[in-house]
Parts: sequence; C-alpha cells; structure tokens
Amino acid sequence: MKIEPGGAIKEPGSSIAYKTGGWRTFKPVIDAEKCISCWICVGFCPDAAIEKTEKGKPPIIDYDYCKGCGICANECPKNAIEMIFEEK
Amino acid sequence: MSEATSLLASGHRACAGCGAAIAVRQVLEAAGPNTICVNATGCLEVTTTPYPQTAWRVPWIHVAFENAAAVASGIEAAYKALRAKGTIPKDKKPNVIAFAGDGGTFDIGLQALSGMLERGHDVLYVCYDNEAYMNTGIQRSSSTPFGAATTTSPAGKVIPGEMRKKKPIALIAAAHDIPYVATASIAFPADLKRKVKKALEVEGPSFLHILAPCPTGWRFGTEKTVEVARLAVETGVFVLYEITNEDPLKPIVTKKIKDRKPVEEYLKLQGRFRHLFKPVKRQDIIDKIQEEVDRKCKLFGVDED
Amino acid sequence: MMRIVKGNEAAAIAAKLAKPDVVAAYPITPSTDFPEKIAEYVANGELPHTQFIPVESEHSAMSACIGASAAGARACTATSSQGLELMHEMLFIASGMRLPIVLYNANRALSAPINIWCDHQDSISARDTGWIQFYGENNQEALDLMLMSFRIAEDPRVLLPAMTCIDAFICTHTFEPVDIPSQEEVDAFLPPYKPTHVKLDPDEPMTLGPFGVPEYYQEMRYAQHLAMKNAEKVIDEVFVDFERRFGRKYSKVSPYMIEDAEIILITLGSVSGTTKEFIDKMRKGGKKIGMVKLTVLRPFPSKELIPLIKNARVVATLERNISLGYGGAIYADLAGILINEEKRPLLIDFILGLGGRDITFNDLEEIVKACEKLIEGERIERPVWIGVKKELV
Repeated sequence: MKIEPGGAIKEPGSSIAYKTGGWRTFKPVIDAEKCISCWICVGFCPDAAIEKTEKGKPPIIDYDYCKGCGICANECPKNAIEMIFEEK
Repeated sequence: MSEATSLLASGHRACAGCGAAIAVRQVLEAAGPNTICVNATGCLEVTTTPYPQTAWRVPWIHVAFENAAAVASGIEAAYKALRAKGTIPKDKKPNVIAFAGDGGTFDIGLQALSGMLERGHDVLYVCYDNEAYMNTGIQRSSSTPFGAATTTSPAGKVIPGEMRKKKPIALIAAAHDIPYVATASIAFPADLKRKVKKALEVEGPSFLHILAPCPTGWRFGTEKTVEVARLAVETGVFVLYEITNEDPLKPIVTKKIKDRKPVEEYLKLQGRFRHLFKPVKRQDIIDKIQEEVDRKCKLFGVDED
Repeated sequence: MMRIVKGNEAAAIAAKLAKPDVVAAYPITPSTDFPEKIAEYVANGELPHTQFIPVESEHSAMSACIGASAAGARACTATSSQGLELMHEMLFIASGMRLPIVLYNANRALSAPINIWCDHQDSISARDTGWIQFYGENNQEALDLMLMSFRIAEDPRVLLPAMTCIDAFICTHTFEPVDIPSQEEVDAFLPPYKPTHVKLDPDEPMTLGPFGVPEYYQEMRYAQHLAMKNAEKVIDEVFVDFERRFGRKYSKVSPYMIEDAEIILITLGSVSGTTKEFIDKMRKGGKKIGMVKLTVLRPFPSKELIPLIKNARVVATLERNISLGYGGAIYADLAGILINEEKRPLLIDFILGLGGRDITFNDLEEIVKACEKLIEGERIERPVWIGVKKELV
C-alpha cells in the first residue's frame, strides 16, 4: 500500500474489510414463518447488514457486520425477529 | 439497498444502533450515486473513514468542523466553472450534499451555513441532529433540549440539566428565503426520502433537519433508536414540516398527529431525562416541556382533529 | 505591456492571467482591491468561466478554495493580517490535503491594537502551515511571483499551496510600472491544472480528508516534508523557465554587494530597496556592508544561504515580526542552519518597522553601529529594537 498525496482513499466502501460482527452480544434471528418480506428491517439497519431477498422469503442478515443493536427486532411489525444471546 | 450496494458501506465504526448512520443511509438511498458528500467533523466523519478504509461509496470530503457549507460552496462553484470551461460535460451535475451534526450546524458552522444559503449555492445541507456534541463525549449544544442532561449541562442538585430551549434551526435556515427547507425523522423514511428528492430537485440551496437519536448520548437501549425517533414525532417534540419559498413564513406540516401522546412517554425512555423522574419526579419541569410542546404544536398546526 | 498599477492590481492581473476556476475571497484592508478586481473581471466577461464566491469570512474563503481545489479546480484567494489568522486552521488543511491553492497576502500587522499598516507578523505566523511562501519586493515581483506560484504549487512533484506576500501600502497601494505578459505567453508558461491525486467525481469515488490514525499520520506529514523538499528544486526550475520566457531573473536568495562584506543584512520584502540604496551610500563611506534578500521563506533556502553568509563577520536580520519572548523569526531560521557550520558569522536580530513604522536610513545606521560593536567584541542583548520611543513605555 502506498499513501496517496493528501491521504486520499481510492477504494470506495473499503470498510467492508473491517468486520463489526464481533461487537455483538445478542444476535437477531428471523423466523421465516412470521416474516412478510416487508424489508422494514433492511432500511433501518444502521450497518447495511440486512439484505433483501425476494418476496415471500426473509431477508438475510450478514453476521459479519451486524452489531446486534436490535433495531430490526424492535421495528419488525410481525415480531418475526428474535434477539438471542450469543455464546462466544 | 444493502451491504453490496449501500452507499454507506458496512464495516463503519458507528456505535450499535446509531441514528446518524440510519439517516445517512436513507438520504443516500434517495439521492443515489451521482452525489458528492461533504462531511463536517464529527461522529459520522470519524466512524466512517479511519484511514486507510472508508465506508463511503460516493465521493466524499471532510475538511473541518465549522465549514461544511463553505466547502460545499467551493465544490458547487468548481463544477459550474469546469462545466462552463468545457473541462467536463455540460450535463455533469452531481448532487452536492453537506452532512453535519447539530454542533457543526447550530453552533460552530452556523455562519458558513448562512453564507452558503444566502449566496444561493445549489447544495443540500443535511443536519443530522443528535442534540449534543456526541463525538467529544456528549456536551450540550444549542440543539440540546430543555431538561436534558449532558456532560456540560449535568443534572445537578441545583440545576436540573439544560435550561435553555432548542434553537429552531430549520426556521433560521428558512429565514434565508431559500427554495426548500424541511425537517425529517429516521422513523419516517418515506417522508424523509421524498424530502431529499424534493430538496435535490430545486435549483439553489436546501436544508434538511433530521432528528437522529443517539443511544449512547441519550442513554436508551440500542434497539430503541427508531422508536425514540418515532415518539419524538408522535409526542409533538419534533414536528415534521417543509417550507418552500412560496411562503418562507409558513411551514406546512407533513405529518399531522392524531391523539398526540404526552411528552412523558418520550422522556421516560431516555437516560438523559432520568433525573426528571428519579429520585423525585420533577413534574414542574415535565409540565414545562409539555407546555412548550403544546405551544409549538399549536403554532405549527400539528394536531389532527 | 507596461502599465502603472498598484501592487494589489498587479496580483489580481496575475490571477486573471492564470484563468482561475474559482476565486473565493473576503474583503480586508489592504488587499481588498484583489477581490474587487476579480469581481470586475468576472462582471465584465473577462474571466468567462471563473466563479467568484464573495464568501462571508476568510475562513470560508479558504474552505471554499479547498472544496473547489479538491473538485479539480484552480482556486485562489487573497487576504491580509486578521484574515490570514482567521484562515490559519484552513491553511494547515489545504497543505495537508495537498491542494495547490494560491493565496495573495498583503503583509499587515496583527491586532491588538488594530493596525492596518505593514509588518510581516501575519505570514510569518503562518510559516509552519505547510505553505510555500514568497515575498515580493515590489509590484512587478507581486505579479511574477503570483504567476509562478500557480505553476510551482500545481507541479505534480509538489502539490502544495503557495502564498505570495507583499508589503501593505508600501506596495499594495503604490503605483509602479509593471510589465504585464500577454495571455498567450502565460498560457504557454502555465498549463491547465489537471489533478489526479484528488477528485470529487461520482465516476471515480474517492474519500478525501479521512481520519488519520497514528499508524499513518506521521507518514502523511513526512510526505508533505518531501513535497516541500521537491519544491526547492521545482522553484529553481520555474525561476529559470520564467527568465527564459519573460526575461526577469528570480532566485530564492538575492545577494547584493556581499563578496567582501563584513556585515550582511538579511531582508524580506520592500525594505530591500531601501537597504540597497543605504548600502550604496555606506559603501561610498568605505563600509563593507552587503545584503541578502529572501524571496522564498518556505521551503527555507538553507543551501543557497549558507555559502553567501558564512564568511561575513556579522549577519543581521531585519525583522518586521517578533516571536515575543524570543526574537525575530528569520534569526531563528538562520541560527538553525548556521550552528553546524565550522566557520560561521555572529548573528543578531533587529526588530523594526512594526505596524507601519517607516524604516529609515537612520534605523539602518543604528543597525550597522550595533553590528560594529559586535565585531569589536561587545555583548549586545538581543533582539535589538530599532526606532522604539522607549520613553513612552
């Protein structure tokens, strides 16, 4: 790696190299039966760690980045997401 | 839009449940990739760009705390000049969006903001408001609401937290008679995104004031960021409105509230107001907050019959 | 083409010839003619693509220049005194981000008390900001140095901002004949600015001004240091090319009558002219006095200076500045470069000409007398204040 003059970073989105999943204490788990694919959780995730899929299927949580804040579980209109204590 | 496409990528170091990160994601979803961002010093800048990594997938610049609006002015002017000169195509006109917190907007950046608005630069200025200097450890700003405890407006034995009321920043921006001003909340993403699009459509400066709760500074559970933001609107503490320069003196409420909830519901969720409930309930202060909210809601016409 | 113009206008003409993309400036005496002139050129269509931003402060002037330069524009501004101080924070950021912004500074004293007249405290206080600093002696130099500073700053080996400083009123408001080059000549000398290290372009998203963690901060400062070292060479190259094209010779240091000089006076800015006349007079009286004018203060021209001054008996710096509690800034710089020389002169700093106080032959005579005492072995407490009405204090 060479530092650009002025320290410009020329690799957009390179923060994905840093996995924030290790910050988590509670892990969100989606109940596919209850999920209505409304994607509300996707839009509210501060970490862009929830991925839309297709209608009828639940979104996918990327545990590499999920910090376990629990907003998704709190905002889910169907209570389809449970926060489970994560054994390390 | 998610980790592969989110214009604010995963891996940033904002606290779990960060309201500012949600705000930025929502703004960028509405703005799209043809956008240049200017970021004032603050949590957002620090947590998203620890060298040599960046969470930004759009061009982004940070210069200092107090001058996001001035830097944005320069970028907008540069694009105008480069288009006029023919260095870049005539239709190359990216959005220029400045992001700053309440410290960088209400306080230290107010002069530069006023200058940018007055000069008419085609810039959208977004204030993500978490009502204190969070990056330095929760000091009061002129956005900190009455009654809130911060490290420089502590809940003491004599003085129960912040004793000044919040500065009406969006109205101050609107007083510049600019094309578009709005308030928004991360709890109402459709409303927020519509306002971003509208702000970017107008020629000239626009100002968007987004309430972005901070679990760390407001002291509530990280899962409650959106809930608290929603309650701020439902209690009338934070009014969602927009102002166009058809009548800069007349805010139009975009989210009327039916059966407005008492402010107590909003306050009791947050540790920064805990001293109003324990060890003795300070009904006098809660009443004062409620009276002020009632007065504001009446002025704006928030209540739906 | 020869024209009789004020120093401020000479600088504005240089900026105009550089065809800047963005000029962001705020009025301040005595540099205000500069933004006025730029606004006039723009209003008259003489700078058809230039965006003039009449900002609300000098801080925003430099901030807007930083934004513009980061977006790939050629950006410049002008200021003086309090304005440069208000910009101070941004000066560091412009150089740290490696943005070749050009600034014209009218050297004026700093408050308090408020004073609009000449001294060098403003830009001297900015010498650690990572900007290249030029000091012009007259209006022609103001124009020439401004023009050259664009080319030097934008050189890919340098990429540092540059300021050209001239003396308040003595130059800024004095009419002098100035040879103005043609646009064609300037276009041939100064190619368009095409940065690759920074760009704010959605087609190629970059993050500029990130959070510099301890693992990398020092490397970025070191890179700035290397850029300043490169500037030493580039300045010489550009001076040579400028002379070839325009016939006017520049050098970082300009010696005058130093071959046999026992006393060498070090000058900055307009006092150089007075000092030369004074030396002519003193030489007639048999005194072996010489002068070295500094045109470039940063990067400090150590290599060029040492051989010129090391054989003198006394080197005296004429300082229109003071680091209170220490002395003159140039003295400190010179002491630093001479201390490791085996043969070195005595060194002394004279504080004079602050806040618009005229520098007269009498003052210079007093300086020479003090230097002679030093040669005779007398100890003199430094810095020496010249022309102070001590009875008032």
